[in-house]
Amino acid sequence: MIQLNVNGTTQSLDIDPEMPLLWALREYIGLTGTKFGCGIAQCGSCTVHIDGDPVRSCITPVSAVLGKQVTTIEGLNSSAGKAVQAAWRDLEVVQCGYCQSGQIMSAVALLERKNSPTDADIDAAMQGNLCRCATYVRIRAAIKAASKQPV
Amino acid sequence: MKTDRIVNLSRRRFLTKSVAAAAGLTLGVIPIAGAGMRESGPGLAGSAPAEAGDFQPNAFLRISRDNSITVISKHLEMGQGTYTGMATLVAEELDADWEQVRVEGAPADAARYRNLFWGEAQGTGGSTAIANSWLQMRKAGAAARQMLIEAAAKQWQVKPAEIEVKGGIVSHAVSGRKARFGELADAAAEQPVPQDVLLKDQDEFRLIGKRLPRKDSPEKIDGSARFTIDVRLPNMVTAVVAHPPRFGAKVRSFNATAAKAMPGVKYVVQIPSGVAVMAGDYWSAKRGRDALQVEWDESNAFTLSSKQILEQYRALANEPGNVGRNQGDTAGAMTKAAKVMEAEYSVPYLAHAPMEPMDCVVRIDASGCEIWNGEQMNTGDQHAVAAALGIKPEQVRINMLYAGGSFGRRANPKADYVLEAVHIAKALKPGIPVKMIWSREDDMRAGFYRPLFLHRLRAGLNGDNQPTVWQQRIVGQSIMAGTAFESMMIKEGVDQTSVEGAANLPYTLENIQIDLHSPILPVPVQWWRSVGSTHTAFAVECFVDELAEAVGKDPVAFRRSYLTGHSRHLGVLNLAVEKAGWSEPMGPGRGRGVAVHESFNSYVAQVAEVTVRRGVIHVDRVVIAVDCGIPINPDVIEAQMQGGMGYGLAATLASELTFKDGRVEQSNFNDYLSLRIDQMPEVEVYIVPSTEPPTGVGEPATPVIAPAVANAVYAATGQRLRQLPLRLA
Repeated sequence: MIQLNVNGTTQSLDIDPEMPLLWALREYIGLTGTKFGCGIAQCGSCTVHIDGDPVRSCITPVSAVLGKQVTTIEGLNSSAGKAVQAAWRDLEVVQCGYCQSGQIMSAVALLERKNSPTDADIDAAMQGNLCRCATYVRIRAAIKAASKQPV
Repeated sequence: MKTDRIVNLSRRRFLTKSVAAAAGLTLGVIPIAGAGMRESGPGLAGSAPAEAGDFQPNAFLRISRDNSITVISKHLEMGQGTYTGMATLVAEELDADWEQVRVEGAPADAARYRNLFWGEAQGTGGSTAIANSWLQMRKAGAAARQMLIEAAAKQWQVKPAEIEVKGGIVSHAVSGRKARFGELADAAAEQPVPQDVLLKDQDEFRLIGKRLPRKDSPEKIDGSARFTIDVRLPNMVTAVVAHPPRFGAKVRSFNATAAKAMPGVKYVVQIPSGVAVMAGDYWSAKRGRDALQVEWDESNAFTLSSKQILEQYRALANEPGNVGRNQGDTAGAMTKAAKVMEAEYSVPYLAHAPMEPMDCVVRIDASGCEIWNGEQMNTGDQHAVAAALGIKPEQVRINMLYAGGSFGRRANPKADYVLEAVHIAKALKPGIPVKMIWSREDDMRAGFYRPLFLHRLRAGLNGDNQPTVWQQRIVGQSIMAGTAFESMMIKEGVDQTSVEGAANLPYTLENIQIDLHSPILPVPVQWWRSVGSTHTAFAVECFVDELAEAVGKDPVAFRRSYLTGHSRHLGVLNLAVEKAGWSEPMGPGRGRGVAVHESFNSYVAQVAEVTVRRGVIHVDRVVIAVDCGIPINPDVIEAQMQGGMGYGLAATLASELTFKDGRVEQSNFNDYLSLRIDQMPEVEVYIVPSTEPPTGVGEPATPVIAPAVANAVYAATGQRLRQLPLRLA
């Protein structure tokens, strides 16, 4: 049995420790907000927080997160998380929405480290998150709105 | 547009005494062509589909006693904002409160939910959703509003003309009586259905033209939105498929022993398109596939490389093709020309690469087949599945879920990935649901690409240095050949989607000829966001810049002088260049380029500003002007202009799918490059005010950016780049 701490709850799962966290979350815990996009950490759709750091869950085996705190989009309740989600709503960032859980998780991790990110900070933190709808203009604006900076 | 007949579904439902769940008012506007179809209660797509033969909904809206209004969208929400658009049209004429409106996807049933621009087929594409629904959805809302008024008038014993409806409240000023829609729903359902509804004038709109919040945003922000990949059913298995390494190859034999020995693997079955491996979860199924041994028969496999294809197309371009437009005497004018210019433009194959790879959930049992899918080609898929299973189309129930992007891919003319999932489910015991998931690599290599195209352009200038003749030869695979749309879209050997954007060249030259070669190759091709315009706009708008230079004119001034009578082209062109500050000087290594193009009856002009630094093209700013008729939701339009341009910018700067010896060279986002946030320019969007009927915005921004950027790169560097993606010498 594997014990995972996800969104503050301990989950006991009978799975292979090499299974990527993404599939454990989606198919064994039922948290489907985290998405599969590439499987090789190239698109960021699967981004979750491990002890607060943004991590690509598609290449992270569950064995690597034992004893650590996993946070998914469903468990986002920090003040930065709420601010980012509110900004995403206010600025109508989403289109198809498929990559947005990952975008939001990356944005929250950025703001939790740096509450007034520059454009260069945003580029660096968000470059790993692809959006084929190209909602990038609004992602940038929403991160700024969620931070202390005036947009 | 045909006249619609409005029917009251809730009333019939009421008469059948099955009222408990469906109490309230349900209305449908039925196209006359669909008269005689089955009818009944609410559209339950995605939640609890009715059984085959059961009464099906014939409705676009449902008002419940709890005061909620459900708009049933016949169109797929894939990011373009159509759920919000459909709801806006209904809510406008209903005078509903936007907060009380929710949206759900319609089931597959062309009789009730056909695309009015697509004959008898239901589906989403060609930027038609708003345009074809513009009157239909408003009539649905207006009829319901009138029935609510009639109901209130009876209850209150007052004249209907004295009743007002506003923001979801029905009121009578004189008596001071008020009711919410939900309180009147049952009584409204008993009213006769008005057949001649009065629609609002543009100046009476309260919701249309406003930046209303999208209906799909909240659930896409908290992770609860349900996509196909999120569907979970009891006893479901997840399938991955081993596909042939090249188009035209087949399974010769396979050995499943090692695959079946992998933990969790449950089934391995051969299907027409390969070998499927199934497990309880994706990762186990994929590990099983990795262990699977397949010997492929590649005797009829595709073996060409992209370079060879381009060379063959070049040779074809020396011969005349089928004529798509012939105006004046091109040959004669070319002979008389004082100067002839010639240029060749080309674009590569492109994958759609939506963020959600193709996936589909299927369950087959004695009653038929049920599908959960980001469903873009409802009728086509329904019929293809019925044929594959030997059942009736109405036994194929399709739940239309959100699509994680599509850009055309999910409207597959051969129902490719849907049929693949169906074949897998068919190979199992009845009742076992299958979720097929393609890996990114599977998705990238499965074909149905934007075709590779080559354009050879020639123009002749007379002795006064005036262009008098335009000749454009296009070479590339036909998208429509072999599809259900062939008879409609291929005319005298010319696939209209191969020449659109060129055959309707708006520039007023005397002599114009467009001809086409449609070579046949085994590479499956498909419409890709903005279809023919993806390549024609690039070739045309860059060559126009070359012409402007040849006659010594500014690119904007040149376009203006040859767009006489094309007021909507001119409108967006003038707006974009004014907002961009077209004539303001730019620093060294910087340049500004312009392009204007009509697609799907929407007009878009873009001005791109670029900086070329150390051999890299940086797009700094893009100013977009759009004329899409009456703007339904300016915020959604702005989003589609930003995103549609960004999608095209990826193909301008980076994306390319190539073949080497018949094999696709790319596999995932590490080598099939897309646009990332640091490459996204600043974008400004301006919407031309209009009183014309609304047209689509999902596609028209996409084709305009490549020529705008290429022209800007020329201004910055003096290099004419005629091949996408743009690469500096």
